[in-house]
Amino acid sequence: MIPAAFAYHAPKSLTEATALLAKLGDGAKVLSGGQSLIPLMKLRLTSPPHVVDINGIQGLAYLKEADGFLRIGALTRESDLDESELIRTRYPLLHDTCKVIADPLVRNMATVGGNLAHGDPANDHPAAMLALGAQVVAVGGKGERRIPIASFFTGPFETALEPDEILTEIRVPVPPAGSGGAYVKMERKVGDFATAAVAAQVTLAASGVCESAGIGLTNVGLTPIQASRAEAALKGKRPDEAAIAEAARLAAEAAQPTDDLRGPAEYKKDLVRVLTTRALRRALERATARR
Amino acid sequence: MQVQLTINGEKHEADVEPRLLLVHLIRDVLRLTGTHIGCDTTHCGACTVLLEGRAVKSCTLFAVQASGKQLMTVEGLEQDGKLHPLQEGFMAEHGLQCGYCTPGMLMTSVAFLEKHPKPSEDDIRRAISGNLCRCTGYVNIVKAVQHAAAALQGGA
Amino acid sequence: MEPRTTADVGGMGHSLKRKEDPRFIRGRGTYVDDVQLPGMLYLDIVRSTHAHAKIVKIDSAKALAVPGVLAVITGADLAKYNLHWMPTLMSDTQMVLPVEKVMYQAQEVAAVLATSRYAAADGAAVVEVEYDPLPVVVDPRKALEPGAPVLRTDKKDKKDNHIWHWEWGEKAATDRAFTEAAVTVKENIYLPRIHVASIETCGCIAHFDKIDGKLTVWMTTQAPHAIRTVFALVAGHVGLTEHKIRIISPDIGGGFGGKVPVYPGYVIAVAASVLTGKPVKWIEDRMENLQADSFARDYHITAELAANKDGKLTALRIKTLADHGYTDAAANPSKFPAGLFHVCTGSYDLKAAHVEVDGVYTNKPPGGIAYRCSFRVTEAVHTIERMVDLMAHQLDIDPAEFRMKNFVKPEQFPYKSALGWEYDSGNYAGALQKAMDTISYAELRKEQAARRARGELMGIGISSFTEIVGAGPSKHFDILGLKMFDSCEIRVHPTGKAIARFGTKSQGQGHETTYAQILAEELGIPARDIQVEEGDTDTAPYGLGTYASRSTPVAGAAAAVAARKVRDKARKIAAHLLEVAEDDLVWEPGKFSVKGAPSQSKTIQDCAFAAYTNHPQGMEAGLEAVSYYDPPNLTYPFGSYICVVDVDAGTGEVKVRRFVAIDDCGNIINPMIVQGQVHGGLTMGLAPALFEEISYDEHGNVQGGSFIDYLVPTAVETPKWETGHTITPSPHHPLGAKGVGESATVGAPAAIANAVVDALWHLGVRHVDIPITPAKVWKLLREHGVRG
Repeated sequence: MIPAAFAYHAPKSLTEATALLAKLGDGAKVLSGGQSLIPLMKLRLTSPPHVVDINGIQGLAYLKEADGFLRIGALTRESDLDESELIRTRYPLLHDTCKVIADPLVRNMATVGGNLAHGDPANDHPAAMLALGAQVVAVGGKGERRIPIASFFTGPFETALEPDEILTEIRVPVPPAGSGGAYVKMERKVGDFATAAVAAQVTLAASGVCESAGIGLTNVGLTPIQASRAEAALKGKRPDEAAIAEAARLAAEAAQPTDDLRGPAEYKKDLVRVLTTRALRRALERATARR
Repeated sequence: MQVQLTINGEKHEADVEPRLLLVHLIRDVLRLTGTHIGCDTTHCGACTVLLEGRAVKSCTLFAVQASGKQLMTVEGLEQDGKLHPLQEGFMAEHGLQCGYCTPGMLMTSVAFLEKHPKPSEDDIRRAISGNLCRCTGYVNIVKAVQHAAAALQGGA
Repeated sequence: MEPRTTADVGGMGHSLKRKEDPRFIRGRGTYVDDVQLPGMLYLDIVRSTHAHAKIVKIDSAKALAVPGVLAVITGADLAKYNLHWMPTLMSDTQMVLPVEKVMYQAQEVAAVLATSRYAAADGAAVVEVEYDPLPVVVDPRKALEPGAPVLRTDKKDKKDNHIWHWEWGEKAATDRAFTEAAVTVKENIYLPRIHVASIETCGCIAHFDKIDGKLTVWMTTQAPHAIRTVFALVAGHVGLTEHKIRIISPDIGGGFGGKVPVYPGYVIAVAASVLTGKPVKWIEDRMENLQADSFARDYHITAELAANKDGKLTALRIKTLADHGYTDAAANPSKFPAGLFHVCTGSYDLKAAHVEVDGVYTNKPPGGIAYRCSFRVTEAVHTIERMVDLMAHQLDIDPAEFRMKNFVKPEQFPYKSALGWEYDSGNYAGALQKAMDTISYAELRKEQAARRARGELMGIGISSFTEIVGAGPSKHFDILGLKMFDSCEIRVHPTGKAIARFGTKSQGQGHETTYAQILAEELGIPARDIQVEEGDTDTAPYGLGTYASRSTPVAGAAAAVAARKVRDKARKIAAHLLEVAEDDLVWEPGKFSVKGAPSQSKTIQDCAFAAYTNHPQGMEAGLEAVSYYDPPNLTYPFGSYICVVDVDAGTGEVKVRRFVAIDDCGNIINPMIVQGQVHGGLTMGLAPALFEEISYDEHGNVQGGSFIDYLVPTAVETPKWETGHTITPSPHHPLGAKGVGESATVGAPAAIANAVVDALWHLGVRHVDIPITPAKVWKLLREHGVRG
């Protein structure tokens, strides 16, 4: 499997990169970790005439908490997330997520930014970021803007990014005390996309009532799905088994899967119910431990 | 395009098409054929090499991306006639049969043990889950990695 | 068994470290794609997007305009040399490149020859093929319905899609047994298409030297000698004669049966090299490998089993549709179109059995090769082991107890099965008992009851399989007329070191080590002093190759026989050197000594030196021997496997918690290697049981044709195998060995399937076809009232 020929560009700065993208328009693809793009190019499912490699731009790989946000540089590799003490101890949902993306070798190259910017509903970070209420930072010819994750995924493999924009950072609000999250993925084997997966993030008040809940669904629709009705059903409630079951039911209703080799749509819908239950239970356990 | 890179401590230069996959540069141009190809879709890990110390699938990188970088392939494991403990481990524990996945398994395990010197069996199984082996059933590969971990600990 | 030789000699029973490993762990193996010749050209293949279509036009103009592209080869080009069709191993015919129509999706349509891999790929991407779609036949049952489109229009008199009918056993007696039976069970069992997916794909470099007229082909083949003959038979008319063909099978990155057939790519590369006089490399990619190379299985089986009121099995009746794709290109011994499927009475003492198999054409790739399995033996084992389990559950008898009751008993060997096989030796109850003891079977049943009471789904599955390997006796076994012997040629050098060459070809089994150990055992020459070579037809003796677990039973026996010939000559030399009669000498590994005077002795090395420097008058110099071994019977390895699964009622996921495998392959040459073979075989039993399948939609579009959906298990999905063995030597094999490479692949799927059904039986589930995917289990659970 050999990719078609292309012109290679390796800008050294964001300004240079966005100018290139503005010039090249639709003919250019941004190369980040390349773990989705390069396989697609090898299969010639995509053959961009121009590839803009942003890996030479300094300062886009970092993990830090600042200004009330966890700030993840777009070029942060999944394996960096996995090895980060900060992520492991304070962002269990993200830690769960980065451990089940593709396989460990892919995760050494794959980036968090790429996982989102690719716009693939089967990718894992979108659901996680939906549950966490993240924002992405995009830089383009017109400067920098922040896009709430809820409005980022506009269609299958489509995002709110303009052709000349590069996703540079992901901002996750630092969760208050009493928060916990979990990502539960059903995959046929390591390296597979999810048959279905559910990200859940909850915050418990001192009273034990659920102050907020975020639920994101992976690979059960044309875009990543935020299960808003399920989230709403938990808010203000004591998250007992009945409440979890109701939220899981609503999450399954929000799923719009199709039949494929991973299973029929009805199976995947039911999986969302089962996995939401499990994700919420784990998230609540973690939240309780942090109260 | 001109690429310059260091493989196993040796500097190499080549004039390549941007689309040349790193694995083809290593195998076809530089003739280091220990790195193998087993799939088209980034699943099998037979092509695993170390890029700046990280284990990556060289079929899913363009050669130009490795320009200016340090690489290590299976051919670089033996130093001054001394085998790497993982190479010893794979032989001692019968961690290979046809040998085709072995270079990838070795390179993945080298990087893994550097970061996780005392892994559990489960850790090892997860670490090598990006490398497919069709012959061994993995049991002896896990033992080989444990063998090397113990040797590296003992030598430290 | 205690080794007879010292560790230094390293004969049978020693876990000698492998002689092939030092090169592999350094990345110094030489696989086909590692070979690069000066001036080499590259071939890339254009493949059909349709499952059945007329080829209206192939437009090569754009491809020829790609820099580096030299030619686009089509069926019309090959037809000029009558090379567009080739015979299959089952005496059917197969297209090399089509001239009229394509018969399956991913079939070869044209080939692009270029100066580089990349140019060839660019060329292949722009060859424009115009198709006129024809009706597609995917389901073999529909293929046999009246009015179904006839696929093989190239066969003048063919009026349907039926290839052959084959039956075996006594029908009347079997039917009578069913009429008289107190209990019968019946089940439809489907064994889907799967692919061996060795991590190295197939490929070759064909190099035709125009000056001396010699063709050398480096090739991923398990059977280089037979391939040479096939090439000579197919291309003799264009001047390729057998003495001018050299097949080199270098290091092979896994074979498992997939590297037995001749694929069109090889033939096109040879044709391209003959025409250009340049070396031509063709290496398929993974998708081509999965979508076009020979598949395994695709058997639609209906099985019935009968028992009397005491739970004693009496008879087995099987009808099968075998989906062969568009041509019968199975790799079976000629006389057995369904392979050795009629070993399907398994480990059980049945009085009557009858098997029918019908081969059918469909719009799918050809094949019917093994998946790390002797000819169709997994199909047989899976059927009988599922049916026996079904019967046990039906009678509410513990499946272990039920098997014990019905096994062929040790004293019945040699045992003539109802379908005519003569099992050489066995102790089936011994292996099962050992497996039960190892896994604490009774405790597990208690645990299962406790868990079931809590609503948890745990299952225990058994498979007590009998293998049939080592094809085969020349009376019944041939491929294209070539008898299925195998060979060993030994030359002992003056200094006592030796080289041995074989007609087989290792693909990871460790022949360089185990063959050396056999020779060390027989000659007392240390295994490290014996170089083993295979895979070069210019140097190795003729043999039928490595598949169907035949290397140890056939070539291993040849090694023993050849070594004994060497020893016989060495004895003469020793007698000459010691000035005694041959009968006065006693042999112990490595040494002849005089009876009653052990200090007077000559080593095998002494004899070797004398063979070249001081041999008796009248004797030819040298110390060499060759054996072409024709086995008197097949060997029958066996084993008992017990598997524990937990089923996730929510997701349908099946987790193998424990798996104990007790194998009996007769005497063991290298325990380490045998265990490694079992580990690998078990994993290739797990894979089709839970993960792997290649299927087709109604349009003949292939599903699961890449590693995205063809789910080769990783270390995470694979359990930690627990292995052990019993030893029941083969009475007819010179070393008492039987072969082991495939036992576990054959035996494991049934243990897993039986465990899953065992976990769900109380809910009313009676059967589930492999692969047992989470979606399938989920459906069963929901149908049987489990919400999860």
